[in-house]
Amino acid sequence: MAQELATQETSDIATTNGDANRRAMAFTPAVDIFERDDTTVIVADMPGVAPNDVDVTLERQVLTLRGKVTPYAPEGYRALSSEYRVGDYIRVFTLSDEIDQDKINAAFKNGVLRLELPRSAETKPKKITVKAA
Amino acid sequence: MLQTTFSPMRTMDPFADMRRMQSAMNRLFDGTRTAGQSATYPAVNFWAGENSVLMTSELPGLTEDNIELTVQDTTLSIRATFPEPETGDDLVWHRRERVEGSFLRTIELPFRVDPERVDARFENGVLTVEMQRPDADKPKHIKIKAS
Repeated sequence: MAQELATQETSDIATTNGDANRRAMAFTPAVDIFERDDTTVIVADMPGVAPNDVDVTLERQVLTLRGKVTPYAPEGYRALSSEYRVGDYIRVFTLSDEIDQDKINAAFKNGVLRLELPRSAETKPKKITVKAA
Repeated sequence: MLQTTFSPMRTMDPFADMRRMQSAMNRLFDGTRTAGQSATYPAVNFWAGENSVLMTSELPGLTEDNIELTVQDTTLSIRATFPEPETGDDLVWHRRERVEGSFLRTIELPFRVDPERVDARFENGVLTVEMQRPDADKPKHIKIKAS
């Protein structure tokens, strides 16, 4: 949610690092993260982003969610009042488990990104049997 | 809902009252703010055209079917319920920041709008409502004749 103007308690604005060409501000999308069985699910709100402008990268254990917003400017209209600001979204997470990259499921619908990240087989807890000597 | 009497003689800017209304609403609910979330939800942006007004609002997670939009005279209401978050005993939550539950927001418009000519769209989680002023309400130019 790009609700930066309305929320005062938390800083919603993220700074884009070293990206000098894009001076537009970026917002931190609100997320829900939960785990079920061996899958971590991340749900992120990115209103105003077209499905093709969502970019998810996973490098080692660093997951980056990016959403590019095309500023909305209706023709023949002038801005009157604004309670929220519009900008790109960026959020970075460090995952604690190794993820099976081939089985990642990403869906984007109605401005909401849903990522399903299954844990890879190697990192699933293995039972080690202790043999009596 | 708060009602303001809109006297056309008092102000030159038809939108001044709307801005006043919004700031009054914000003040009214300022004390009831909960952590991390603003009291007036959802936030809306307004755009003014020649004889129309356009409103946008970010409502991620909703669909066009579960937003209820009503327009009556000078009042616009948005009501919606977000889908229930997933539940289950096997679920372990790590973060829960997204908006839940339902809301109703009523906004006072600067002029009457034609309910037959309201164009509402919902795309990528953003609601856009374009409202037209009824023809009968438009200010008329009066020609002054030389005697």
